[in-house]
Formats: sequence, structure tokens, C-alpha cells
Amino acid sequence: MNNSLIIGQYVPGDSLIHRLDPRTKITIIFFFVFIVFFANNVPSYATLILFSVFAMILSKVPVRFILKGLTPVWFLIIFTFILHLFVTKEGQVVFEIGAMTFYSGGIIQGFAISIRFFLLILVTSLLTLTTTPIEITDGIEDMLEPLKKIKFPVHELALMMSISLRFIPTLMQETDKISKAQASRGVDFRTGPLKERVKAVVPLLVPLFISAFKRAEELAMAMEARGYQGGENRTKLRELKITKLDAISYFIFILVVAILFATRTYG
Amino acid sequence: MDITFKNVTYIYQKNSPFEHKALEDLSFHIPSGSFVAIIGHTGSGKSTLIQHLNGLTAPTEGEVQIGEFKLTNEEKPKNMKELRSRVGVVFQYPEHQLFEETVARDIAFGPENFGVAPEEIKKRTKEVLRQVRLSEELLDRSPFELSGGQKRRVAIAGVLALKPEVLVLDEPTAGLDPRGQREIMDMFYELHQQEGLTTVLVTHSMEDALKYADRILILNKGKKYMEGAPEEVFTQREALQSVQLDVPEIVQFLSAFEEKIGVKMPFHNQTIEELALEIRKIIKGVEET
Amino acid sequence: MRKALIEFRNVSFRYSEDEPWVLKNMSFTIYENEFVAIIGHNGSGKSTVAKLVNGLLFPQEGEIFIDGVPLNEETIWDIRRDIGMVFQNPDNQFVGATVQDDVAFGMENRGFPREEMVKRIGETLAAVHMLDYRLTEPHRLSGGQKQRVAIASVLAISPKVLILDEATAMLDPKGRKEIMETVAELSEQQGLSLITITHDLSEVVKVERVIVLNQGEIWAEASPREIFSKRDELREIGLDVPFVAILAEELKRAGIKLSKEPLNHEELLEELWILHSRT
Repeated sequence: MNNSLIIGQYVPGDSLIHRLDPRTKITIIFFFVFIVFFANNVPSYATLILFSVFAMILSKVPVRFILKGLTPVWFLIIFTFILHLFVTKEGQVVFEIGAMTFYSGGIIQGFAISIRFFLLILVTSLLTLTTTPIEITDGIEDMLEPLKKIKFPVHELALMMSISLRFIPTLMQETDKISKAQASRGVDFRTGPLKERVKAVVPLLVPLFISAFKRAEELAMAMEARGYQGGENRTKLRELKITKLDAISYFIFILVVAILFATRTYG
Repeated sequence: MDITFKNVTYIYQKNSPFEHKALEDLSFHIPSGSFVAIIGHTGSGKSTLIQHLNGLTAPTEGEVQIGEFKLTNEEKPKNMKELRSRVGVVFQYPEHQLFEETVARDIAFGPENFGVAPEEIKKRTKEVLRQVRLSEELLDRSPFELSGGQKRRVAIAGVLALKPEVLVLDEPTAGLDPRGQREIMDMFYELHQQEGLTTVLVTHSMEDALKYADRILILNKGKKYMEGAPEEVFTQREALQSVQLDVPEIVQFLSAFEEKIGVKMPFHNQTIEELALEIRKIIKGVEET
Repeated sequence: MRKALIEFRNVSFRYSEDEPWVLKNMSFTIYENEFVAIIGHNGSGKSTVAKLVNGLLFPQEGEIFIDGVPLNEETIWDIRRDIGMVFQNPDNQFVGATVQDDVAFGMENRGFPREEMVKRIGETLAAVHMLDYRLTEPHRLSGGQKQRVAIASVLAISPKVLILDEATAMLDPKGRKEIMETVAELSEQQGLSLITITHDLSEVVKVERVIVLNQGEIWAEASPREIFSKRDELREIGLDVPFVAILAEELKRAGIKLSKEPLNHEELLEELWILHSRT
């Protein structure tokens, strides 16, 4: 049972995308989110779609994992599409159903917005699918480094995040264990009126909190015993390295941006 | 209550990449009133097995029968609550399940859930406190102020207050010191005999299994590896060692004795005192000739 | 005369003023390269001793010297470098996201250069037979494996003493055996003192000296063999007497004279064999 836990959505692999430095991935995605909103015609959208699909194929992540990440937002995409159909009254009338008139502008805008959504989610989930949470943490820590100058606790924050990640499976097992113990004492978590079910959570939450506190206390002691005194004068085993691969990725991305701005319509 | 497993298989996360068989084609029978020790490594399926005993899990294949309650993949007893009130489970580190403000309320929590009348709960609380050997003065204290050993006893009292007919114990002595271990196990044994309980003990301790159980079930990788009376199981040293399980120390000693001295001394569940006399006989016996 | 590494001089400790003393006027010395066991029932004060040694707690009375240096707020961080501790709960001392990250943690705190870390991770994981698990995440390890990683993490900073504070208490027999074997291997190396804190007398057979605590005081300080002979007294203070010691007692009662207190099956059988062949 222990082996079945996946933290986040990470799909282990050794693809080119997996091997990219997390900072590269985060930077590119950050800018990608911006430039998506500059696409406004077929060639510019095509450039972005091509880039995303290319990245997806390179990542070797099975398509079903990516689609699974999209499921919660399908509804949102369809909803915005329909909204645009009804609200936007530009261009020519395409067809009429009863009192409703649908304009070409609405359909085109609806499509455009849906594609933007789709691309944003595709690319961001590509980050979480190919990068372990701990790598993301390392990347963010490194990128926030300048904030240390204004006494922002970057290191502490990153350490807290990595420890939380490390304890997720432990706490999940613990939740399972305590809920089973309480179910054996007659607690019914699944059926009954809402009020009863809310009440049933107390015998689960109290022990969980107590145990989490105890763990935190012991962990703090163990860290202290192992010489932890905060981020100063600390060295790191985990090392982020910019490789040729990262340089190539940046180059490709800049090319994509250039093509996008060359092909989009102005005015 | 009798417990019968018929070809029980349990698969975790079926049809996923993490599919894992925790139990495989497991069949055994525990007669009402017996004291069974279940032994196996971490990951041998012991915890999964226990969860079948009060319907926390149902078999993927096969059938579990506990008294009149039947559990299969399709069919779960309608009166699951009744099953859970009749099968008490003391999980590993049971003190982790404490949550109420006072000892009294934590002990009453189980019986309340099963609809036991307040008067009856009061009566039972007194009784179980005596059984776990805690003073009534603790009733109004917070369970979190107590010592580790006391917390464990409160948690056990909370399970005993259900008045179960079957008592399932998942390594009830883990983390206690030798005296605490002995006291808790002696207490369960006494209860087992006085109340005529059916007791299922999951343990790593061969010594406890030998001392208390009348039947032993050995699990290995989700399958039944051995089953029988302690004298039958524990004399099969090689078979046990081939799955990295030890035999009780007395059995180890007896086979070492045979190897070194060259005289066979069979294991018949003798006490250490009896063993000393047997050894004297062998040594003195030679003296006399 | 060996060099004193840890010295308690009249140490008393309690958690707060209205609570009873956990340790009462305790004095003892542990020497360089020594393998010592501190045993006692739960609540005897044995874990408090461990926490005092590396300054996780400070005594109200008395003094503690580590390698000749008095332990106080100023010296504590240097002293912690010399003292490695492995605690009871395998989960609550695993800091890293993977095995190698955890081994690195102590070295990172002390500013080791990266190449040195990589080298020591390899060496110490090999010493505890966990080299194959370098990149494994903690939730995929057994309790015994996690504790071995904890030992490696401590060894990585080359401490002068390794303290195992009930490190086997939460493990199954297999995990316990793994740890005991690892510790026995380590005890043969030079330049490392070992203190094992336990309530299990069967774990003290291999040590040079046993310090038995009871109610916050030193109850006995002797070799395992001498301790084993105090059967009834041990039972009285809540400890278990090993099988061999009980059998030896019963044999004596049955009129068989043993020349010395046996520590294990082999020693007892050797004696019986001599008695048997003599006749």
C-alpha cells in the first residue's frame, strides 16, 4: 500500500523535459502565460499550439495523464465558450435558433478563449507532471534568492515546504489508521445526516492534530540535534545546474515569442 | 463467535498500476473461544486480515464469516454496526485514537455510538477501569495528561467497554517496557479466560505467541504459511527460518543443545524450570553410569 | 586510563519547579571508544540523560562535560558536532525528501562542501548497507531501513559518540536485528563511542558496561555478566531477565554448578558440554 502514493501529479521519467532545470521550466511557463494573451490570429495560435504539443510529446508523459489534469476545467472551458456565443455580438450572423442569434465573432472569440485556457493548463500541468515537488521548491527558492536581501525568509519557507511534502504520505497513512480505529468504535463517516457526519470528523481531527504536533516537536528536536541553525552558512547537496539543454529551450522559446509577435495582427 | 475465512483474496487499488495483492486465497477457521496468534512480517497481510474481522474491508474474492455475519465482495451485512460492537479491535498504538476531554468520555465514546444506555455505560466504565487496572480517580482527568502506559490502558478500556465477544489485538504491547508488556498481556489473557472471549492476537513476539495462544497462524506474503498448535508450528524451525521468522528462544536452545551435546530433547511446551530438570537428568544420568 | 568523553557531575534535572526530579544527583563517566548501555524502565530517566548530553535540555544542578568542555549555551553547537543522536520514532527524524538528502542534512547545516557530502553519503550509506536506496523516498522504506539511514546521517558528520535513544523500540524483530547488527559492526571501528539506551536486556549482551537507571538514579553500573546475575532485583525494577539468565538460575537451583554467569546460549552450552563430557 505504501508504494501506491504519488505526491502531486509527478510522473517519473527521464525525458528531455524532465531533465530541464526547474528554473528554466518555471521561467518559460511564467512568460508563456503572458504571451498566450497576445495571440490573436490563426498563425499566432498555431505557433503556441505547436510549441505546447511539441513539449508534450518530448515529455513522454502519457496523454491520459495530461487529459486527467484537464478534467476539472473542461466545464470551465465549455462554459466560457458558450458565454461568448451568447454575449459577443460582432461579425456576421451565422445562424439563428428561435430568438437567439449567433454571430461569427462570438464563435471565433469563444474558440480563442477556450484555446488559451487549454494551452495554459496544458503547459502548467506539464511542469507538475515532469518536475518533483521538491525540484519545484528548489527552483523557487533559488529564484527568490534576491528577496533574502530584504530579510524575506526564503530558505525557511523552502525548507518548510519540502518538509511538508515529505510528511504528506505519513499523514495520509495516519488519517487512514485513525479513521479505521474510530470506525471500529462505531463512528460512521459515510452515511447519516450532514450534521452527524460533520460531528464524526472531530474524533478524526483531534488525534490527527495531536499527532502532527508531536511529530513536529520531535522533528524540531531531531533537526536541532543534527545542527540545524537556520539558513546561514549552510551548503546544499541539491544543486541546480543550467545545461546546454536549458539554453536550447530558452532559444526555442524566444523563437516562438518572435514568431508570435511577427505573425499576430496589429491595430 | 466463530471466524471462518474461505479463499479470501484482497487486492488493493485493483486495476491501477499500483495493484497489490495483500491477501491471497486465504482459508482458515478460528473456533469460538480460542486464542489465536497471527504472526508474519510487516507487509505479510496481517493488518489487512484484521480489517476484515469487523468489516472495515470486505474481501475482493472469497468469503469471510464472523458468527452470523457474512462478508463478500457483493454482500455486506446490513447491521454493520452490530458486527463492530461485537468485534472489538485494539489497534497498534491505540492511545493515538484518544480525543475526548476526559477519560470517562473517551471510554463512553464507543458504547454511545452503539446506542448503549447511559446507566449501562456508567456501570461498564467502572468495570473496564478495574479490568485495565486504572483508578477511578482518573475518570475526570484529560487523557492527554496521563503517562504513556496509562493512555494505552484508557484506549483499551474504550474498546473493552463495547463488551465485545471477539477481541482483536494488533501488537498491543508495542513501545511498552518489559513490565508494561507483561502486565498488558496478562490482563488480556485473564479477560480471555474470564469472559470466554475469542481472541486474535497479531504479534511479532514468538514468546508471547507461545505463552498465550492455543493456535498459531503464520502469514507470509499474504498467504497462509503454517497453521496449528504452538508445539506443532514452533518445532518446524527450518520452515520458519526460511521465511526469516525466529522460533521461541527455548526451541532455539533445544536444537542448539542437541547439536552441541548430542542428546535430543524434544519441545513439549515445558517451562524453564522443567527444562532445567531435564538437563540435569541428561547430565546426571551420564554421571551415574 | 582511557580519556573521559562524557562526564556527568552531580546532575539533577526536572521539567519544571512543581514537578518531581527526573534525575537526581547523577554522576557517571563514559570513555573514548567505549560501548555502553543505559537501561531502565519507561520513566526511569534514561531518555532525559540522552537529551542532556547534547544540550536539548539543561540541568538545574550539576555539570556536564563533553571531551573536557563544559556544556552550556556557548559551547552547545560545537558539542553537538561531536554527538550523534538517533531517536525512537523513525518517521519523526527523517528530514530529507530522499535517503541521500537526509544523510546530507546534518552536513548541509555544518557547511560541508558538496564534493565532501557526496563522498560521505556514499561511505556512510555503505556502512549501514543502504547504498542501493540512495534516491528512495522515506515512505517507501521500512522502519529498520529508516533507522539505518538515521545512523548514516549521524555518522556522516563523524561524531565522537553515537547515542541510540531507544532506536529499536518501534521496530519489528527484523528491523531490530538490522540495527543491532549495524551497531555491533560500528562498535568494532576505532574512534567512536557508542551509547545504546534501551529497556531490552537482550540488547546489552555485547556492550562493555551497563548503567542501570531506576527512578532517576543510577541503580547499578557493571558488566553485562554481573547485571545478568541480579535477576530478582532486575525484575523488581521492571526489567525483563533474558532466557539464558533464567535457565542458569534454574540450573543452579537444580544443583548444576556453572563456573560463570552465561551471557548467551553458546556460553551456557559450552559449560554444559564440559560437565557432560567430564562424566
